[in-house]
Amino acid sequence: MTKVQANSLADDFQMEASLASRRTRAQEFWQLFRRNRLAMMGLIIFILFFCTALIGLFLTSGRAPLLDPAQVRLQEKLRPPLSKPHHASLRPEEMPILGVYLLGTDDLGRDVLSRMLQGAWVSLTVGFVAVGISVLIGIFMGGIAGFFGQHHIRVDHMLAVLLLFAGTALVAKGILVLGTVVLALSLGAFPYFLFRKKIGGKNASGMWPRISGREAISVDTLIMRLVDIMLCFPSFFLILTVVALLPASIYNIMIVIGLTSWMGATRFVRAEFLSLREQDFVTAARALGVSNLRIIFRHMMPNAMAPVLVSATIGIATAILTEAGLSFLGFGVPPPYATWGNILSVGKNFIFDAPWLTFVPGLAILVVVLSFNLFGEGLRDALNPKLREGS
Amino acid sequence: MLSFIGRSIIQKIVTLFFVSVVSFLIIHLAPGEPSQVDPLNPKFTPEMVERFHKAFHLDRPLQVQYLYFYRDLFTGKTVSWKDNQSVLAKIWERFLNSLPLFIVGTIITWTLSFPIGIRAAICRGGLYDQSTTLISYFLISIPGFFFAYILIKFVVPYLHVSVIGMETFGLGDASWPRLVMDRVWHLLLPSVLGATGGIAVLSRYVRSQMLEVEGQDYVRTAKAKGLPPEQVHYKHALRNALLPFVTMFGLILPGLIGGSVIIESIFSWPGMGRMAYEAILARDYPVILTVNFISAVLVLAGTFVSDLLYLIVDPRIRL
Repeated sequence: MTKVQANSLADDFQMEASLASRRTRAQEFWQLFRRNRLAMMGLIIFILFFCTALIGLFLTSGRAPLLDPAQVRLQEKLRPPLSKPHHASLRPEEMPILGVYLLGTDDLGRDVLSRMLQGAWVSLTVGFVAVGISVLIGIFMGGIAGFFGQHHIRVDHMLAVLLLFAGTALVAKGILVLGTVVLALSLGAFPYFLFRKKIGGKNASGMWPRISGREAISVDTLIMRLVDIMLCFPSFFLILTVVALLPASIYNIMIVIGLTSWMGATRFVRAEFLSLREQDFVTAARALGVSNLRIIFRHMMPNAMAPVLVSATIGIATAILTEAGLSFLGFGVPPPYATWGNILSVGKNFIFDAPWLTFVPGLAILVVVLSFNLFGEGLRDALNPKLREGS
Repeated sequence: MLSFIGRSIIQKIVTLFFVSVVSFLIIHLAPGEPSQVDPLNPKFTPEMVERFHKAFHLDRPLQVQYLYFYRDLFTGKTVSWKDNQSVLAKIWERFLNSLPLFIVGTIITWTLSFPIGIRAAICRGGLYDQSTTLISYFLISIPGFFFAYILIKFVVPYLHVSVIGMETFGLGDASWPRLVMDRVWHLLLPSVLGATGGIAVLSRYVRSQMLEVEGQDYVRTAKAKGLPPEQVHYKHALRNALLPFVTMFGLILPGLIGGSVIIESIFSWPGMGRMAYEAILARDYPVILTVNFISAVLVLAGTFVSDLLYLIVDPRIRL
């Protein structure tokens, strides 16, 4: 009797059913995102570009690539797109694999299609690696500034770091003995900071502890001033300077772009962390005795990722544009290797005779950058909590 | 107010000091030496290199070089390593060339983006709004050098004008309308190119500001009491939406010197950007460092001016 009653009660009030929406966050996000036609277009183009770059890498590298981007056919130069090769003047191994120059040939008779495929991989990796570097630095710096920001750096910390630099400089200059002593001194200072409380006790008095223990500058201020300093440099000019001074290599470009564009991510992560650390769930986690690292990476980071993801997507677009600009000016990847920027840079000399050499790489850059921008904007809209609740 | 000004000036000077240190270190610690610039030149004997090192203090330790360099910069005695000319005079000459480009570009940007953004906000969701959104995405995404060549390809053959350089060479004593038109055509393309990105970003920003203000209660009140739509849009909404843009006058200041390396080299425009590019290629460290220093000063001055303007126009902010 009582059991039946309980059952009917449960049926009536549906006590087992949860009141919250059944859809997970990801499903909800997808639902919102799909409605944005432009953003969907961006995503599709991005996936296509990714596949093309992968296939292109596969087809154009190796010892005997299927589509050889370095195959020079001087008798076939500046052929327009979709033109057939002259069978009479070509040796069999020089024939394009498709039997037609799909995107034409350049001033040395190289197949533009295969060069474009080779360049696609460069653009893709530059975009992702550069943004990866900048996002990692941004999360690290922003996380420290946002979470440990109110801690202070004391005068003795700064002295230790100064000693460390001085020691390194001395060793590098060849004054080994003095350098090693200074280095050892500075390295010895770090365990001292860690165990200082146990050794010194609280009521240390005297002149030295008062000066050395003085709180000079907060971590947050330090990192944010560093961001201000970095923002003072005109970014393209700085990248150009560094890339011109370093030996020409695609990895240098990725690293330099990454190292000069982390300021946005730092600011976003810091702002998110500052608001998150005051929230109840963080207080609860701390009350439960969860360690700082776990709070940062398990509880706060997933909630702080939305603006970082958006700025990273748009950052990829910017990085691709920057790399194309550098290649266009003749910096970066050494010549036989093709990038979209240097195909266009050569093509500009033939703008009136062979416009496809300008338009093919230019349109490719435009479409890819556009897709990243649209995708990023769609992401921003779909991750916006105001819109999410309205659905 | 005064304490705010004092504090921020001190802060900016400290930042500037670190910028100068960092840029000096970047340049001098990178591989390669200025004396290796021209190794194939037969006149560049080891004795010459020695003398060169002495003249520019390159044989001294780094911190001494730093002091020498910035002492020279502040007393205006810095000379270019390439041609021994005064760096400041060189920069001033190039700056005067870049100035018209900057002024025309800024005027184009600001006069176009406001009407576009305001109209897009008023017809939100309509055909006009959607098409301007799409176009502004295109303008943000298009590489400047590609757009430059599209324009050259279509303007030059169809309108029969020359656009490369600051003026057509050998025009001589043509009638003055022709000279003026020649100048205008040479100026127009690079400044339109310089303005494209700005138009796209600024018009989106205007639109979102307008939308935010249009959603406010007092705008609804104004509509509800039966005011004509023009008055609501342009008198009630627009005036308040304009507030953040006052501060942007400060932020365009760095554009004065940044210029565009790529656009200026495509159009052979002898401006700041191109000079910086040539200096980088020649490893002319004094020019690179001076350009960097001046642009950092402009960035800091720009943020300072925009903070001040905001303080003046927005009475809600008290420091």
